Amino acid sequence: MKEFISHALDVAKAKGARYADIRIIDHREQVVTVKNGNVDGIGDQYSQGFGIRVLVGNSWGFASSAYVAMAEIERVATLAVKIAKASATVPGEDVNLGSSVTSTGQYTTPIEVDPFSISLEQKLDLLFRADEILRRNSGVKVSEANAIAIRNHKFFSNTEGALVEQIIYEGGGAIAATAVSETEVQIRSHPNSLRYQGTSGWEYVTNADLVGNAERVAAEAVALLSADVCPSKETTLILDSSQLALQIHESCGHPTELDRVFGTEAAFAGRSFLTTEKRNKFRYGSDIVNLTADSVRATGLGTFGWDDEGVPASSTPLVRNGEFVGYLMSRETASKLALESNGCMRADGWNRIPLIRMTNVSLEPGTCELDDIIADTEDGIFMETNRSWSIDDMRLNFQFGTEIGYEIERGKRGRLLKNCTYTGITPDFWKSCDAIGNSRHWRLWGTPNCGKGEPMQTMGTGHGASPARFRNVKVGVFR
Amino acid sequence: MNFRQIAEAVMAASFADETEVLAMEQNESLTRFANNYIHQNVTERNVQITVRSVIETKIGIAVSNDVRPESLRELAIRAYDVAKLQPENPEFKGLPPPQALTSVKAFDGAVAECTPEQRAASVGIICRKAADRGCSAAGSMTTSSLNVGVANSKGVFAEHRFTLADESTVIMGQNSSGWAQRTGWQLAAVEAESLADEALSKVTMGADPVDFEPGEYAVVLDPYATADLLEMLAYDGMGALAVQEGRSWMNGRIGQRIMADNVSIIDDGMSTGGIPWPFDFEGVPKKVVPVVASGVAVSPVYDSFTAGREDGKQSTGHATPPSPQGRFGPAPMNLFLRAGSTSVEAMIKSTKFGLYITRFWYTRTVHPRDAVVTGMTRDGTFVIRDGEIAHPVKSLRFTQSYVEALKYAQAIGETTRVLRSGFGGAVSVPAVKLAKFRFTSSTR
Repeated sequence: MKEFISHALDVAKAKGARYADIRIIDHREQVVTVKNGNVDGIGDQYSQGFGIRVLVGNSWGFASSAYVAMAEIERVATLAVKIAKASATVPGEDVNLGSSVTSTGQYTTPIEVDPFSISLEQKLDLLFRADEILRRNSGVKVSEANAIAIRNHKFFSNTEGALVEQIIYEGGGAIAATAVSETEVQIRSHPNSLRYQGTSGWEYVTNADLVGNAERVAAEAVALLSADVCPSKETTLILDSSQLALQIHESCGHPTELDRVFGTEAAFAGRSFLTTEKRNKFRYGSDIVNLTADSVRATGLGTFGWDDEGVPASSTPLVRNGEFVGYLMSRETASKLALESNGCMRADGWNRIPLIRMTNVSLEPGTCELDDIIADTEDGIFMETNRSWSIDDMRLNFQFGTEIGYEIERGKRGRLLKNCTYTGITPDFWKSCDAIGNSRHWRLWGTPNCGKGEPMQTMGTGHGASPARFRNVKVGVFR
Repeated sequence: MNFRQIAEAVMAASFADETEVLAMEQNESLTRFANNYIHQNVTERNVQITVRSVIETKIGIAVSNDVRPESLRELAIRAYDVAKLQPENPEFKGLPPPQALTSVKAFDGAVAECTPEQRAASVGIICRKAADRGCSAAGSMTTSSLNVGVANSKGVFAEHRFTLADESTVIMGQNSSGWAQRTGWQLAAVEAESLADEALSKVTMGADPVDFEPGEYAVVLDPYATADLLEMLAYDGMGALAVQEGRSWMNGRIGQRIMADNVSIIDDGMSTGGIPWPFDFEGVPKKVVPVVASGVAVSPVYDSFTAGREDGKQSTGHATPPSPQGRFGPAPMNLFLRAGSTSVEAMIKSTKFGLYITRFWYTRTVHPRDAVVTGMTRDGTFVIRDGEIAHPVKSLRFTQSYVEALKYAQAIGETTRVLRSGFGGAVSVPAVKLAKFRFTSSTR
């Protein structure tokens, strides 16, 4: 492997690159999906290949290939340089990568049970048991249960002397019940919609207790069909930690990506309202709002040893006591602010360039018990588990929908509500936050489907949160 | 190794009752620009081989990008081993038999051989035009060539080579922006000069936007916005699986007049007016499917699995690639909204008060059964007053049933635009005028 890497970097340098890096990746993914008592999908996916990124002058080029062979290196490295030289015909600013990155070492996700050591028979057995309980409820039209295991083995090396090897494991699984009436569809899932996934072993799935929650999930899906519709009004909103995790993802994680701020995602993912003059001078949320980006917390989908520029895992405050203080950065973007990268560059495969991606962007716990927050709420709505999401290109105007909600009346959880939605403007919303659950309620969730970049890359990100309360929020957008 | 050799290697190694090989070979290059310079410039060479092994009614899937003979043998065995583990699925009626295929030309050597220098020259035109006007351009140009092959042990052997060229830009001024996009299988379909001019015209029109009160208004949609109507309706239920599971907007509406009678939506994989594909990912030839005919909901599209669940149904040739993650179900990849006879100018002129919208962004389903969608307007939203564009407004959020929106289609544009969509397909869409569209909030 070292010979392969050295040759790639030598060719790139010889052809004119002032910097080059290479990633060689062997990716294995196993998914099992059961639906309505049948196997809906099952199988293994393998992908291997390498990508070479080069900087010639101040222009970037990248080429990749699935054919991991010495004969292919020279073609791909030469092509990467040729592409960078073509980039130079439409040139931009000088590129400064900051301090050299010379990381060396190995990292493997700490796991208790290798998810690939669990046989497909065992996985199917678990999923069939959960699926069968979902289907016991005659009101359930579609029952689903899934499990996923990922092993991503990658080498990174650059012309500055870095050489790291990582094996990142991911495990996950979820169940969902869909109930259908003449006029509508209601879905309930557990532990989360959009799959439940973390950097972990098989224990992540067993801890989720899919079987133990199936009866409740089915009953809630059916009950939603006859529930009252979320009213349209301005009220107090309490979000459960999983919905808050996606709120953080969309309204804090994305706008703190420094490439968006500098406009390089303008045509696709969008830009950001958190422009550079606002750092350390902008009131993002109320005094109790503290948001952190880290790549070190156990089980986070943004947890690793080094990012895809070889920068070590770290922790960075983004919002402190309500004030906006930090960004998610790459080497190139950090240097524009005279800072060092905090290691947020990741690619979703050997055939993609690294981009600034969220690591684990989390709301730090507050001091409240959830029961006390509810008891202290005269009139409001509690919303749980994401169902829909949308936010504008500057990350200001958002609208979310949740699977389920409950009215809160005089400090007590009341009637069940369906079709719950809420909308707002990011800093106004976070400034209205007046209670955050304590560490007992804090949970780190995974968002495995974050899309960004062209060609599109899908990345897993982590988000921790406790339930929290927000005042004067517009709910019930579409009744 | 070519597709026939790959297919033969897998078939020879398979012990299954039935075996299917799908190979998608791709050479794709993308040049990306922002702030008037190229900041990302990439190329990829890859092949994905998917093997479906069938033992009686049990299916195993294995996917790999390793084409070495020993790896292909191993892939066949893995798919077989996975199939062995499962219970029988009586709803699966077997892999489709071979049918006569018609070839269609969709390959342009100029796209396949497009160099990084050519792409840089094209995006350079956009960047320089933007810079000359004191604006900032971002966007991308993609050129790709693909070879899709499907073979199965019943005798299906289908192979289609095609190219795709796509170029798009958002150009930003002081407080406004404009968008333009071109897609085609020929390189001539993407033309940077007109692309930049179109986006720049919206930058000029959109300068100094003002706040606007959300509410229900008549709208004139550019084809970019119309494309979202078709794509979300496709996602929310033009496939038979969604209908069978009761989560489609077509449920309970088939045979009913649910849209204006000037609305006809068809899927036509053979039409050279889009990005043609002669067969689906099971090797079944694509049939022309009228999804909505003169406002009446007619039929979703089928693959062999969903067709096998209904008496007398045949696959319409709309299978998506098999995946271990589960069945996505059949999907239309070549949608056309039939053109009408009205120009955008005439639509605006006939509007007393309403909005003219360039495109929608970040749209997501709120309620699937009525295809209620929320999203933002972007890159040019304008008030129409007394038949003229009065002034630009800031982007608005809408929450609207797309089915209901098309019930109030008052006019359909006379020309259509081909735009890239999911699974390598495209939509062909005109502008439309809708009498009612519901905006629920605004942004800053």
